[in-house]
Amino acid sequence: MTGLETAFTPLQSLAGGVLIGIAAVLLMALQGRVLGATGILSGLITGNAPGDKSWRAAMVAGMIAGPLLVLGLTGQMPELAVPVSWPMLLVGGFIVGLGVTFGSGCTSGHGICGMARLSPRSIAATITFMIACGITVYAIRHVFGG
Amino acid sequence: MRLLSAFLVGLIFGTGIAVSGMINPAKVLNFFDIMGTWDPSLAFVMGGALVTTFLGYRVVLRRDAPLIEARFQLPTARRLDARLIGGSAVFGIGWGIAGFCPGAAIPALGTGRWEVVLFVAALLAGLWTARRLQDRLAGKGAMA
Repeated sequence: MTGLETAFTPLQSLAGGVLIGIAAVLLMALQGRVLGATGILSGLITGNAPGDKSWRAAMVAGMIAGPLLVLGLTGQMPELAVPVSWPMLLVGGFIVGLGVTFGSGCTSGHGICGMARLSPRSIAATITFMIACGITVYAIRHVFGG
Repeated sequence: MRLLSAFLVGLIFGTGIAVSGMINPAKVLNFFDIMGTWDPSLAFVMGGALVTTFLGYRVVLRRDAPLIEARFQLPTARRLDARLIGGSAVFGIGWGIAGFCPGAAIPALGTGRWEVVLFVAALLAGLWTARRLQDRLAGKGAMA
């Protein structure tokens, strides 16, 4: 299986990355928290006080509105192509849910906020999941897929 | 106030994910496919986000407290243990299989695509199952 070609977009990607960073800094300035998608989601589905759930739900709603804002401003929905079959999406999604819980974070919490704090745990976690992801993509596309 | 600020932070984050291309699994997987259809764009996403957050945190964390809450709540765990590394390796494998990570999949729901709904449903099932497993592991001794 080979991938779909995608265009190299350094400026757009850099601008989007800066926006992600601004969101992380704002959450720290306002609520004193790291912005981790894993923590926000798992706090939403398990336990905790109702007051704690409502801001998490508001943040998720804001995140979902992001692409719609881009649609409103540019007239185009952001490009999204899924080069993966639906059983792989289900398996991958479940595995991601297990991994980020035991690993205490994902790309946003460890990869951005934790690395920005120079946390040794986050640096180790990020190196680990980047390598694991790279090996998996290589195996799927070039070993098993031929 | 808390809800409005959380919504706005989410909106900026989701817009960043959308603009950067992180929202697109084809692009994410291509970042890792150096031997194939390589697209280095994601290095620019990570770079832009990291530098911004690093500089912003240095300013913000110099204050005594955040604006809305009483205190900063920073992660306190220090140990590099098997759970951290094993969990992160498992996450990386799932990310490589599906092409979505949690922070990209939530904003991607806004595109209304069924593939994203499927991924997020499986992600939530995985989160829930892992939480139950953790409770069981922790509960073997003291807790019920």
